[in-house]
Parts: sequence; structure tokens; C-alpha cells
Amino acid sequence: MIEYIVSVLLIAIIYAIFSLGLNLEWGLTGLINFGHVAFLAIGAYTTVILNLRGVPLIPSMLVAVALAGLCGALLGLPTLKLREDYLAIVTIGFSEIVRLILLNEEWLTRGPLGMHGYSRPLADFVSVDYNYFLLIVVLTCLIVCYFMLERLVKSPWGRVIKSIREDEDVASSLGKNVFSYKIQSLVLGSAIAGLSGSLLAFYMRYINPMNFVPIETFYAWIIVVLGGSGNNRGTILGAIILWIFFSGTRFIQGDLPITPSQAGALRIMFIGLALIILMMFKPEGILGRKEELLLEQ
Amino acid sequence: MLSVQGIEKSYGGIRALDGASLDVEEGKIIGIIGPNGAGKTTLFKIISGFVKPNSGKILFEGKNIENSQSHEIARTGLIRTFQLSKALTKMTVLENLMLAPKYQEGEKIWNVWLQPKLIKDQEEESREKALSLLKSFELFRLKDEYAGALSGGQKRLLELARAIMAEPKMLLLDEPFSGVNPYLGMRLLDHIESLRSDCGMTFLIIEHDMPMIMQLSDYIYVLNKGQVIASGLPREVKEDEGVLDAYLGGV
Repeated sequence: MIEYIVSVLLIAIIYAIFSLGLNLEWGLTGLINFGHVAFLAIGAYTTVILNLRGVPLIPSMLVAVALAGLCGALLGLPTLKLREDYLAIVTIGFSEIVRLILLNEEWLTRGPLGMHGYSRPLADFVSVDYNYFLLIVVLTCLIVCYFMLERLVKSPWGRVIKSIREDEDVASSLGKNVFSYKIQSLVLGSAIAGLSGSLLAFYMRYINPMNFVPIETFYAWIIVVLGGSGNNRGTILGAIILWIFFSGTRFIQGDLPITPSQAGALRIMFIGLALIILMMFKPEGILGRKEELLLEQ
Repeated sequence: MLSVQGIEKSYGGIRALDGASLDVEEGKIIGIIGPNGAGKTTLFKIISGFVKPNSGKILFEGKNIENSQSHEIARTGLIRTFQLSKALTKMTVLENLMLAPKYQEGEKIWNVWLQPKLIKDQEEESREKALSLLKSFELFRLKDEYAGALSGGQKRLLELARAIMAEPKMLLLDEPFSGVNPYLGMRLLDHIESLRSDCGMTFLIIEHDMPMIMQLSDYIYVLNKGQVIASGLPREVKEDEGVLDAYLGGV
């Protein structure tokens, strides 16, 4: 049982990190990024590919994080002048392009077969159940990300990105380079997603392109909205709630006359229902601020 | 200080501005009036870099700015406000003001993690300044409220205070008195006059409230159909036949 709880916690924390990146982009800067999973994929695949070619883990991870951030810049440069709805379309397209490249460039990624056999941090030295050790690693990453982001939120930098979320014309009329801040936010958010990708690869021990379908992006959206957009603590809480829900409903199947795939679909429907109910009674999210929703421009 | 020369701007078949020119001397308050659709707000958008003109030149302190971006123009000390006041509603009144100062070290992402002391000092300084400004604008007791909770007139005052935090040399105000009750309107008027006399600030103001703009301005430009049809001292403009025609729909 404890092993099971640890494994649920692991995935919840990895998704919390992943979603913290989105919370920076959407919750704080107001960017509608529907392609966040692309950076999870870039982080995971970069770590694995480099490691399988003999690069040690830490440098592989660093390159993965940097590459995810760089791809964020490449995505942002041509698109961040677009209006929000167009940005949403372009980003979702980008994430599918990334996934299709992973699926088809078999020389690099082994395509649909996926990749495994890569090493995990200190795997040879850890004598206890490896997941306990990994839990400490991901928890450390979460804590570091959380405090770095909180520092940013409360800084003048955070004030500027919040003003862009509110009304970018005001930011620009006060001399802030709106485009540059949007790029910075997207780069940092993507780098964080890249880190979570590395961790996901360690957790799963086997990755394939099907792990990075668009629904993963929307899990992050659910997490951010559930917890309260713009609130880092809410995002972490949202991730934990979502995965408790996922794993809790996994047991339902045994008692019902349905197939596993039906059970999977049912779970998603339940999440949808739960979100609708939450939005009816607490539209600002669990840790969001109600007053903010009531304010009109 | 500001020289606008022959600005033209078309939106499709509509000529919003058709060779508009005007000059603003340092330390003056200049009014722009004109009927609805005359191109006043478009002219402001062009001066402040939010919209690019099709042709024409704009010089601010001798430098061409017609091709600069809006944030670059703001940094040269030319700050605008908006026709529909734009308070950042989900930020507090104090945060609205503290956003405005230029060259904040804490706005650079690396400094946030590497230079906390430097940022703290700067923040303390700008907080002091913001608080004293809020006191003189009678917004002090609202400092921790969300800006969205303010009344229309208070938002106008907040917007002006925020613009002043950016240390402008010149302010472009787009209908600062609209939607403001008479009492707050008088307060606003006093603030503008004392900023000019005490700090030597220059103003270019679009306004529909005739008594107000006549009282406030040193010089007035009248815009109609994208062109300056008259200019002069307030009392001269008041008596100009062409201006009356433009307002009353004469030919």
C-alpha cells in the first residue's frame, strides 16, 4: 500500500512541477498555451536520448531543461504577437508537431516503440525501493521551483507580468517591453516543463510518444484552474487532488460490469463533472481569490 | 518639445487623419478639441506609438519617434493615459503605482534571484514615493484595495498618479475629465495645474468638457475630419466661425 501511495505522490508532484510552468504562463502572464505538453516531451526525450548515447544524467537533464526553454523562445518569437485565441491554436499545433516528430524520426527516438534502458539518478547506489529515493529528488525539484517562482511573483518582475495579464496596453504605456516579458515567461514556463519531463522519464523508465498527447496539456490546465489560476500553492494542491482522484477511481472498475477503457473514459467524465460543479460553486478555484473575479475592467 | 507634422492615417477607405500638425512648447498645457470622429484619439495613439501613421513625422525633444514602439516612447518620458481609464483592476492601488517607475532593477529576471538587497532598497524607495503621491491624490486610505473597486473618478486620479510615478516630461491625457464627478474634476484640475507650475510638466489634453479645457489650456487646437481646422488661445478659438460650424454640423 505504501508503495502505491508513494507512486501516486511521485506522479502528482511531477505534474505539479509541470503545471507550475503553465501557471506562470497562463495564471500570471495570461498566455493561452495549449501546447505545454510539447515541453514535457522535449524534456523527457532529450534526457533519455542523451543518456542513451553516454552523456551522464545531470548534464543530460541540464541540456533537456535548456532545450525546452530554447524551444519556448522559438515558439514564442513568431507567435506571441498573436491575439490570445490564435496563440492557443498555434501552440496546440506545435505540440502535435513535436509529438509527430518523436513518432516518426525513428533513427532518433525509435518511434512508436518508445525508449527504455536509460539510467536513473544514483540507481546503483540506492538500496531501498528506488521510488522512495526518487520521491526525495522530485520533492526537492518541486520545492526549488516553488520558491523560485514565489520569489518572482512577489518581485517587480512579477508585477510587470501581472500587469500584462491585466492589460498589456497599460504595461506598454508605462515603458514595459511587453513582448520581451511574454517571451521570458514562456521560456521559463517551458524550461520548468522540461524539468518535469526529465523526472517523468525517471519515474516511468520507459517513454513513448503516446505519453505526450494533447490531453496531458489539459490535465495541466485542469490542475491550474482547479487550484486557482495564478496561485502556485493552488497548483500544487490541484495536482495532488487530480491524482488522488485518478488513482481513487481506478478501484471502481472492479465492482462494475465495464471494460478498462470504459472505466478510463468514465474517469475523465467524472473529472469533467467535478470541474463543472467546482466552477459553479467556486469559480475562482480552490485557493483562488473570489474578489478578483468580481472586479470589472 | 513635441512637434507633429503632417500625420496621415487611413483605415481602409476612411481617412482618420489627413495631414494633422501641431506643436507643443515645454511647460505648456495644450488642449485638443473637436467633434466625435475628428481623429483626436487616433492622433494620440500615433504619438504614443500604439498605431503607426501612413506618413508624417513626430519629433519629441528633437528626436524622431514615429517609428518607435510604444514602450520605447514611454521611456523617453512621453506618457499617455487612456480614454476609458485603464486601472489594473486585479492589482492593488499601491501596486498600480509601483509598477510605473522606469528602470527598476527588479524587473530583470536574474536580479530577482541574484540581487534581492538591491531590489528591496529600490522597492522601499518607490513605495515611499507612491505613498506620498497617494496622500496628495487623496487615495491613501485605498492603497491596499483592488484598483477595480475604485469609482470612475478615483480611477482617473489613480491613472494620473501612476503616470506621474513614471516621471514623465510630458503627459498625453485622453479625456481625463469624462466620467468624473465635479468635485474630483476640480481636484484633477488642481493637480494638473500644480504639476505644470511646480514641476514644469508639459500636457497635451483631449477633452470634451469645454469650460474645463478652456480654463486649463494655454493654447488649443481644433481637429475636424483629420485636420487641424483652427488653433489659438482659448478665447480666439471660442469665437472662430469654422469651429462653430464643425461642432454644429455647418458646411
